[in-house]
Amino acid sequence: MRWITVFLNSSIGKKIIVSFTGIFLCSFLVVHLSGNFLLFRNDAGEAFEVYSHFMSTNGIIRFLEIGLALGFILHIFNTLRLTLENKKARPVPYAVYKPSENSTLTSRSMFYSGLLVLAFLIIHLNTFFVTHRVIGTDVTMYESVVESFKSPVYSWFYIFAMLLLGLHLNHGFQSAFQTLGMNHKKYTPLIKFLGLLFSIVVPAGFATFPVYFLFFHQ
Amino acid sequence: MKLTLKIWRQKDSKSKGDFSTYELESVSPDMSFLEMLDILNEKLISQNIDPVAFDHDCREGICGSCGVYINGRAHGPKRGITACQLHMRSFKDGDTIWVEPWRAKPFPVLKDLVVDRSPLDRIMQSGGFISARTGSAPDANAVLIDHDTAELAMDAAACIGCGACVAACKNASAMLFVSAKVSHFALLPQGHPEREARVLNMVAQMDKEGFGACTNTGACEAECPKSISITNIARLNREYLKASFK
Repeated sequence: MRWITVFLNSSIGKKIIVSFTGIFLCSFLVVHLSGNFLLFRNDAGEAFEVYSHFMSTNGIIRFLEIGLALGFILHIFNTLRLTLENKKARPVPYAVYKPSENSTLTSRSMFYSGLLVLAFLIIHLNTFFVTHRVIGTDVTMYESVVESFKSPVYSWFYIFAMLLLGLHLNHGFQSAFQTLGMNHKKYTPLIKFLGLLFSIVVPAGFATFPVYFLFFHQ
Repeated sequence: MKLTLKIWRQKDSKSKGDFSTYELESVSPDMSFLEMLDILNEKLISQNIDPVAFDHDCREGICGSCGVYINGRAHGPKRGITACQLHMRSFKDGDTIWVEPWRAKPFPVLKDLVVDRSPLDRIMQSGGFISARTGSAPDANAVLIDHDTAELAMDAAACIGCGACVAACKNASAMLFVSAKVSHFALLPQGHPEREARVLNMVAQMDKEGFGACTNTGACEAECPKSISITNIARLNREYLKASFK
């Protein structure tokens, strides 16, 4: 079994875990976004409540939730380890350093965009998950959503976080495939295009909720 | 041309270094960057100042010895060349040029611009070789290799081990170097007997030396004097995955 610990502690092993969990978390974003679109049904949140009730009570979903938490934990834990090791690898910085000549800002700032998305995630979980599922409240999930997005501060913060998520996905999506060894002259351009599309469509999709409730909801 | 040079001076690996400023006049635009440093050193020697130590050997871009950070870029502002292939016409009269050694924990500065790149040698010793029978030379066409594969292997084999990938990477990662070596052997049948052991050992040695990990920024590819592609890093990851789970 020594090979497993060797693999998990190697630089490439850690990168592969980050990529694998990253793609898994992308699939979660799609599911989360599709469900949230029920907010747009003009039924005073009835369909959204049914969905929200199902998600919080269904045994299979609750079980998968553990996998989701594990996905986040492994993604963050391995990124932290890698970032610390990467910082240690260059103790003396350059006096003149021009990384913009050879790489993109989004690719270089993955740790920081990730960190801000994490900060958003904690606040987001506190607003909805902790209030409804841990503490418990009489207010429905739909009412909570409406209430939260009525606050311009929360809504703009949400939109800003989605922008950062987009930047994170912009590099992360295609980078995950590269790390998993999937680089091919036929398919890599397609993966890069899908990554760009994903990094725009998904965060923009999420951003429609604060925009809708802040400006258009009666 | 008249230039102001800000050059990193450091007595030895134990001393603390700093930048020294030198003014150099009548620099020809046709000089290579290293010839410009030669002129500076002659001037310094005539003034009884210790000349600037820098690595160099072939001065035609194939040995990988010369490697300095010039104005924030590995091997200077041009793509696909080493410092010895960089000419002073790439700069303007009156420019200030910052010259620094490669910065990475596994590459300690030995003196001025010279760093110890033996970690790359130790990575090679851990797996960058093939077992070949001794005796008479094999027939040239005994092992058939298709043209495209041979070209890919040659592209990877073009790596001169200069360390620019490490120097340019924000994580000081040596993965482009290791991936070029692993790819070169993995693509050819001669490299297959040690294929798995090679990638496992070379990655283990790379990690042991204290290099960072790749975050796919592509800085290495852009700064590599041989323009080695990061598709090799994907191949390295593939080889490592296969070898680990086999």
